[in-house]
Amino acid sequence: MRSQEPRSSSSCAACKLMKRRCTSDCLLAPYFQADEPKKFAKVHKVFGASNVTKILNEVPKPQRQDAVDSLVFEAEVRLKDPVYGCIGAITSLQDKMSQLQHDLAVAKTRLARCSTRTSYASCSTTSPFMMLDGEFDMSFDDFVVDQGGLTTEFYQYPFP
Amino acid sequence: MYRFHKLDKMTSTRCAVCKYFRRRCPPDCIFAPYFLNDNPQRFICVHRFYGASNIGKMLEEMPVQLRADAVDSLYYEAKCRIQDPVYGCVGIITSLHRQIQIAQSQLAKAQAEISFLDANFVGFEPTPSLSESLVQQNGFEQGLDDPFSTWFY
Repeated sequence: MRSQEPRSSSSCAACKLMKRRCTSDCLLAPYFQADEPKKFAKVHKVFGASNVTKILNEVPKPQRQDAVDSLVFEAEVRLKDPVYGCIGAITSLQDKMSQLQHDLAVAKTRLARCSTRTSYASCSTTSPFMMLDGEFDMSFDDFVVDQGGLTTEFYQYPFP
Repeated sequence: MYRFHKLDKMTSTRCAVCKYFRRRCPPDCIFAPYFLNDNPQRFICVHRFYGASNIGKMLEEMPVQLRADAVDSLYYEAKCRIQDPVYGCVGIITSLHRQIQIAQSQLAKAQAEISFLDANFVGFEPTPSLSESLVQQNGFEQGLDDPFSTWFY
């Protein structure tokens, strides 16, 4: 006997790929439109449809679009880099951040030297960039703490 | 007796994955090197988001020497997703991008400041060549201790 569930007029990308009937209360339909089949295909390949459904069920409805976007991003990165996925991207960004911190420290030292040198000269020279004090206090360690310690693990990954 | 002996042998050598699925762990089990029996949580964490069959397919598609790193990265991504169900590790990537933009902006400002100070600084520090040239230009001895000498003569 056929199910009494109402049929939606067109299947979403998920139900099309899964070859199943797309109901009006399909959880995935709002996020995987029929005109974006590749988007769901990527997520399905990495996570699987049932896992995506479980993940979305655990997230409040207003945040499900963001959750889907992040899953799509993760899936794309994983497909491009099957070994390291997003962790490769994080490691690379952390390396860049370390380099920038180093460059900032060098620049701060040079500025301090310039300021000392300038103090012997005329004091009327006013730099348009005067209000820089305190703006160098950004610390990567602070960032690590803000992330609840999780980033500390990634900072050591994959070379503990 | 034989049946129990066989069961003991199976239990002691099963990997975490085969133990989870309550199946025999074959000698060539693809999961065994990466999901050891003594750490069942590792597989449970990864299985929650990726599923065993997807993990198996991923591992089969890559060289053996890279599989350990792949499993580690899947595990860390899964842990991120547990900690942040909405954004997972993408939240960390977004934060890092933001921090990098701020750092780049600060660095650019610092470098511009350095360039400005360098451009507006007229060297007064006594160097042998500079003091000699001053003597030559002005025709009298320059006090090397007087930093303002070049401004007044």
